[in-house]
Amino acid sequence: MSVMSQTAPYDVEAVRSDFPIFRTEIRGKPLAFLDSGASAQKPQAVLDAMDALYTGAYANVHRGAYMLSEKATAAYEGSREIVRGFINARSVKEIVYTRNATEGINLVASSYGRKFLKAGDAVLISEMEHHANIVPWQLLREQIGIELRIVPVADDGSWLMEEYRKRLDGVKLVALTHTSNVLGTVTPAKEITALAHAAGAKVLLDGSQAVVHRTVDMQDIDCDFYVFTGHKLYGPTGIGVLYGKEALLDAMPPYQGGGDMIRIVTFEKSTWADLPHKFEAGTPAIAEAVGLGAAIRYVEGVGIERIAQHETQLLNYATQRLSAVKGLNIHGTAVGKAGVISFTLDSAHPHDISTIVDRAGVAIRAGHHCAQPLMARLGVPATARASLAMYSTKAEIDQLAAALDVVVEMFS
Amino acid sequence: MLDDLRDLYQEVILDHGKRPRNFRQIDNASHHAHGHNPLCGDQLVVYLAVDEAGVVQDVSFIGKGCAISTASASLMTEILKGKTEVQAKQLFERFHAMCTGAEAQSTNGPTDDGLEEDMERLEVLSGVREFPSRVKCATLAWHTMTAAIDGKDQISTED
Repeated sequence: MSVMSQTAPYDVEAVRSDFPIFRTEIRGKPLAFLDSGASAQKPQAVLDAMDALYTGAYANVHRGAYMLSEKATAAYEGSREIVRGFINARSVKEIVYTRNATEGINLVASSYGRKFLKAGDAVLISEMEHHANIVPWQLLREQIGIELRIVPVADDGSWLMEEYRKRLDGVKLVALTHTSNVLGTVTPAKEITALAHAAGAKVLLDGSQAVVHRTVDMQDIDCDFYVFTGHKLYGPTGIGVLYGKEALLDAMPPYQGGGDMIRIVTFEKSTWADLPHKFEAGTPAIAEAVGLGAAIRYVEGVGIERIAQHETQLLNYATQRLSAVKGLNIHGTAVGKAGVISFTLDSAHPHDISTIVDRAGVAIRAGHHCAQPLMARLGVPATARASLAMYSTKAEIDQLAAALDVVVEMFS
Repeated sequence: MLDDLRDLYQEVILDHGKRPRNFRQIDNASHHAHGHNPLCGDQLVVYLAVDEAGVVQDVSFIGKGCAISTASASLMTEILKGKTEVQAKQLFERFHAMCTGAEAQSTNGPTDDGLEEDMERLEVLSGVREFPSRVKCATLAWHTMTAAIDGKDQISTED
């Protein structure tokens, strides 16, 4: 791993050299990977950590009274401490491992929702939610009859605090994205949380797109639940995090039953393990948790604020560069947005765009981005999206812009 | 780079994509169906006016889609006019086999079904074979047409 001084200028080439995928060529051209918002590439440090576990310290966790199991348990629980520090939670009891952010939201909807919400209680979400933060609440609505309320967003993707405030009456849970995966809009989490608490509502934030772009501090935001996924944070797939305030998690019933989440089981009755294990039924994703810990260590080594600065500079460059492409419209221009650029072309459909730029070695996403209601709001069937990461470069943006010029040439 | 792409985006496709033929509603349609590809959000409606003898007198479509799906729908409407319902379905099956590369295994009767000329016209879309994610774009209108003939009013490529 390249060690970068936190005071030296950001060396993106040194960062790239830590990601083996960039040695790959696509159709004989250097890979321009602009789809990290869907899933990020992995640094060697993550691969090494998982490899080291499997080759030298692998066994099931929390079970065996033998050296290997103890080593594996230490690695697994050690990564939980890394996650705790990363988001500044008070205790590792508040860090529940899930498969991904989606499972974290479903866990809250199912466990907290069915115990603490009742028919007629409102859950408030926004127009720019990912399907993962819409469908679990619709399922809960079918099960117990909650009301699902929607906060509109401005045409440019900006958060409308007044619209939010107006809808808070009777809301018991606010469930919002912390950063939109389509528009890049960063929601003012702290203020949103304070207003919700004043109205007697709990707050869940979906931070999958947020934790990768900036410092996220649970004590500062004061939200009740926070979820994110590992694979967008340069970690492996199959591992995500649910943060929940200890008192709330304590009061909630288990989400799934099975091994590892119990204290004592008899046929008459079972009692639950302490937090966070109460919510981790079955053998967990051990190597993936270790990989996530390594990913966070890697990100912290480079410096999340330095990554944020790099991405912001690149976002400005990309916005300028892409705006010069004939007939290109950017969707989402809120102030302070994250490194996500959704766009459409007057002359070509997003799928045609994606197929053509792929020929130039550029990977972007085209489609509805799991946000069909937002597509309807924007009045487009789909968008193309370029998303930035710590390893993104100006050269990649140039490669995309040149490929888009070809698209325009073909279609007009 | 442009040369590679010409296999997929041939002039005929770009032309039909930009200026689709029979892009209109048929008011007295005997059949119509909505087609939806949830993966990319493409939606279209296919209209057919089929007479009592089962011959397609008129066929049209409206909707939004990529160049491939629009061109495919447009070409389809040109080809189906004057065909019987049975021929329309045969064409769909042969076209589908062409797009997925299953052409050789097609068991749809003898190749002297009189549809060779039409299949030759559709050959411009065979480039999607190299782009698995785009096969559904090329076949959406055809799936929808078949659903309309079968009396279904909705079809999704994910069904």
